[in-house]
Amino acid sequence: MGNKKLLDRDGVRELIGSLASDIINRNRKNIKNICIIGIRNRGDILAERLAKYIYKETGIKPPVGAIDITLYRDDLTTIGPRPLIGPSEIPCSIDNRIVILVDDVLYTGRTVRAALDELVDFGRPLRIELAVLVDRGGRELPICPDYVGIKEDVDKSLNVAVYLEELDGEEGVIVKKEEYGKV
Amino acid sequence: MKILIKNVRIFDPASGIDEEGDVFIKNGIVSKKKEETRNIIEGKGLYLFPAFIDIHTHIREPGGEDIENFESASKAAVAGGYSTIFMMPNTEPPIDNDGMVRFVVKRARDVGLVKIYPVGAATIGRRGERLTDMRAMIECGCIGFSDDGSPVKNPRILRRILEYLKGTGIKFIEHPEDTELSSDGSMNEGSLSNKLGVPGIPWVSEASVVIRDILIAEYLSSPIHFAHISTEASLDLIQFGRKRGVKITFEVTPHHLLLDEDNVKITDSNFKMNPPLRSKRDRKALIKALKKGFVNAIATDHAPHPLYKKELEFSLAPFGVIGLETAFSTLYTEFVRKGVIGLNELIEYMSVKPAGIFDLKTGMVRDGAPADFVLIDLKKKWKITEDKFHSLSRNSPFLGWDVYGRVVYTIVDGKVVYKEGD
Amino acid sequence: MERFKQKHLLGIEELSRDEIDSILDTAIIMKSVLERRIKKVPTLRGITVANLFFEPSTRTLNSFLIAERRLSADTINVSKSFSSVLKGETLLDTARNLEAMRVDMVVIRHSVPCSPHYLAERISASVINAGDGAHEHPTQALLDMLTLRERFGNIEGLKVSIIGDILHSRVARSLTIGLLKKGADVILCGPPTFLPEWFEDYGVKITYNLKDAIVDRDVIYVLRIQRERQDAAFLPSLREYIRYYSVNRDVLNRYARKDVIIMHPGPVNRGVELAPDVADGPWSLILHQVTNGIAVRMAILYLLSGIGSSGGVE
Repeated sequence: MGNKKLLDRDGVRELIGSLASDIINRNRKNIKNICIIGIRNRGDILAERLAKYIYKETGIKPPVGAIDITLYRDDLTTIGPRPLIGPSEIPCSIDNRIVILVDDVLYTGRTVRAALDELVDFGRPLRIELAVLVDRGGRELPICPDYVGIKEDVDKSLNVAVYLEELDGEEGVIVKKEEYGKV
Repeated sequence: MKILIKNVRIFDPASGIDEEGDVFIKNGIVSKKKEETRNIIEGKGLYLFPAFIDIHTHIREPGGEDIENFESASKAAVAGGYSTIFMMPNTEPPIDNDGMVRFVVKRARDVGLVKIYPVGAATIGRRGERLTDMRAMIECGCIGFSDDGSPVKNPRILRRILEYLKGTGIKFIEHPEDTELSSDGSMNEGSLSNKLGVPGIPWVSEASVVIRDILIAEYLSSPIHFAHISTEASLDLIQFGRKRGVKITFEVTPHHLLLDEDNVKITDSNFKMNPPLRSKRDRKALIKALKKGFVNAIATDHAPHPLYKKELEFSLAPFGVIGLETAFSTLYTEFVRKGVIGLNELIEYMSVKPAGIFDLKTGMVRDGAPADFVLIDLKKKWKITEDKFHSLSRNSPFLGWDVYGRVVYTIVDGKVVYKEGD
Repeated sequence: MERFKQKHLLGIEELSRDEIDSILDTAIIMKSVLERRIKKVPTLRGITVANLFFEPSTRTLNSFLIAERRLSADTINVSKSFSSVLKGETLLDTARNLEAMRVDMVVIRHSVPCSPHYLAERISASVINAGDGAHEHPTQALLDMLTLRERFGNIEGLKVSIIGDILHSRVARSLTIGLLKKGADVILCGPPTFLPEWFEDYGVKITYNLKDAIVDRDVIYVLRIQRERQDAAFLPSLREYIRYYSVNRDVLNRYARKDVIIMHPGPVNRGVELAPDVADGPWSLILHQVTNGIAVRMAILYLLSGIGSSGGVE
C-alpha cells in the first residue's frame, strides 16, 4: 500500500557519480570522442549531470544533447490523443562518435528502441552505449544496458518515479502504486 | 354511405360550435336527421375539425413518379388531415394546357382519396413569355394560375396575366423572387451566411417583387395572391397595398413560422428551401401577423425530393421540404399548446381561411354542408420519423421532433379515406 | 496543457485558443525535423491519407504531400474537376469509396462551402479542410499565425490589416477568426462590393480606405484579386482596383511604419494587389509562410492521427 523509497537524494547523486566513473573507465582513451544524449524527460537532465562529472574528473566536457522520442514511438496508434512533442537537440554530428544514451528508468526497452531509431536518422555513431539510473526489469525487447545505477525488479502494477532537482524540485526514486504516465 | 361519429368533441370555428356531440353523415354531406347505421366511429377523446385545405402542394407526376405521385401525395395529404390540396404546375411536362389539366383531374378522381385542384401554369412552359389557354384550363378545373417555382419576371407579362384573368374570378398566385438578386444563393443572406461563405438570398429579392406585383395589381384593380411570404418587409408592403385598396391575399408556410436561419444545419439540406429560412426578426414578424389575423392561409409548399438529391452538399441540393404530414402537429405543439395562437385560429388558418380565398366550401357541422372532416387525438404524443411518412419522400426539417396531435380519421365527401395505422 | 482531442480540422472556428497553441507548438518541432539530415520520421507509418482536391491547387497539394511523406504516411491523390461531380459521382460516393479502401485521413479542398463538415458527418476517417469555397482555410491561417508568432513572439495586441476581396476569401475569414481568438486587432479593407457590413459582426473594423488600413499597422496581409470579379460586376476594372487598393512602395512610404511587414497567401498577382518590389522586398514574409505551411500541416496530421479510425482508445 505504501510507497517504497528506492533511493534518496544522496543515493541518486552517488549513483550518478558512479555511472560517470564507469563511463570514464570504459572509454579512457576516447573521452574526447564521447557525446552524451539523454532521452526526454529526465534522461536529458541526467545526461547534463554526467557530462559535468566527467568534466570534473577529466577536464574534458563531452557535448550533451537531448532527444524526444514521441515521433518514433511504436504505440502511437493505440494511445489516443497525441502527446505534445518536445524538441530534439543534438549539438554535434554523431557520425563516428561514441554516443552514451541516457535514460532515467529502463523498463520494457521500447523507449530505448525508439531512441535508437531516432539516433540512427541523425547519423552513424561508432557505437552507442546505454546508461540508466534504474533498471526495473520487465524487458519486452532484447535491450541491455551498459551502465546501471541500481537494479531492482519492480512489478508491472507499480510505477517507478524519478525526481530530479531541476525538474521536480526534489531528488529521489520512489516506487508507487499509481497509474503509469510518463510525461 | 352513412357514418355516425359519436361522442366527439366538435370544434368547428366556421359554425361556432365547440362541444361534445354526435355527427351524422349521409351521402357525402352532414345530416341533422340521424339514421340507423352500423358505420360507427367512436369519437371519445378525439376532436373533430373541418378537414384541412392545402393551397400549395407539389406532386411530381408527371416526370417524377418515384418521388411523389398522385397516390403517395394523396396518402400523405389524408394522413395529415387534408381533404383538399392544390397542385402546383411545375411538373415535367408542366401543367400549361387544358389536356394536362384534364389529366390531373382524372388522376385525382381515379385515386379518389383527396380532392386535388390543379393550379395551371400562367405562361407556357413557365417560361414567362406566352400566356397559357387560361379560359380553357379554367373550364377543365383550374382553380388558379401560377408559374410557381419561378416568378413571372417580365412585368408586362404579369400585367397581361392579370388583365386576362379579369372577370373569371380566378386568381394569379405569385412566387415572389427576383432571380437576379437571389442569384446563386442557398440560404438567407445575412451575418450567418457571410460567416459560412455561402452565397445568400437577400430579403429584398422577395420584397422587391411583392411591391412590384402589388402596384401592378392596384393599377389593374385586380386581386393577387402571394405564395410563401417569408419576410417582414413583404408583410409591411402588403399592409401598404391593402391600405391602398388592393385585394391582396397571401400564405405562410409552417417552416417559416417555426424555424429561422439559426436552425439551419449547413450539413443537412432538409433545411434548404426557397424562400429560405429567414432571420429571427422576419420570423417574429410572421408570427405577429399570424396572431393579428393579417395572414390569409397556412400552406405547406410540400416539395418532395428523393434522398439521393437531398443527400448532396447544401449548396448543391435542390430546394424544398415536405410538409403535409407534419403541418398540423408541429404548429399545434409549438403554437397552440404554447399559447402563441388559439386552437380555433390554427384551424381557421388551415381550413376556413384558405377556402375563403378561393371560394371553396369547407367541411362544416351544419345540415347539408360537405362532410370533410379530420378527427385528431390532441393528447397523443408522437415522434416525427421517416418510417411514419406516407409520402415517397423524406425531406423534412422536423425529423426527430416530438409532437402532439395525431390524425386518427380523415373523412372526405363523407367517406373515410384515412384511418390511423394505414 | 490539454491534449488535442479533435478528430477533424474543419475550421479555425472550432478551435480553442489552447488548441491553436498546441498546433503551433507542435509545428515548431516539426520544423526542426525539416532541418535534419534525414527529413523523415516514422510517426504516421501505415496511415493512409487521401488528398481530395476538387479545386486545382499545386501549392497546397504539394505542401500537404510533403508533410504527409515526411511523417511516413502513405498518400493517394484524388484530383477531380468539378465537372466530374456534375457527371454523377457525388462527393459522398467518392468518400464512401475511400472509406472502403480503408483510408485513415482525408484532406479535402472543394469549392462548395462546408463540404468538409458534410464529409466529416458521413465517413469515419479524419477530415482536414484544405479550403472550402469562401468559408475557411484553417491550415493557411495557422501557418500565418505561426509566421507571426515567430516574428513578433506574441500575437496578442498585434495590429493586422487584411486587404482585398474579403467577401470571397476563405483565407480572410479563417485568419480573422484565428487572430481574434489570439487577441489581435484586425482591420479589414477593400472596395465596398467586397466588404459587406456583416463583417463587422466578427468584431473587427472595416474600411474602404487603403490609408486607414496601413497607418500604424504591424502587419499588412494582402489577398489575391481574381480577374473574374470584374465580369460579375464586383469591380469596374482591375485598373480601378490597382489604383485605389494596390500595395506598392509609394503607398508604404507614405503611410506605413518603417518596420511594417507584408504577407500574402500566394500566389501573388504581381502588379495587381501587390507591386513586385514589395512582394520580393525585405518587408515580405511570404517565403517564410511557405516553409511554415509544411510544418503546420505535419503538426495537424500528427495531432489528428490520434483520434482517427485506426485508434484513439485510451
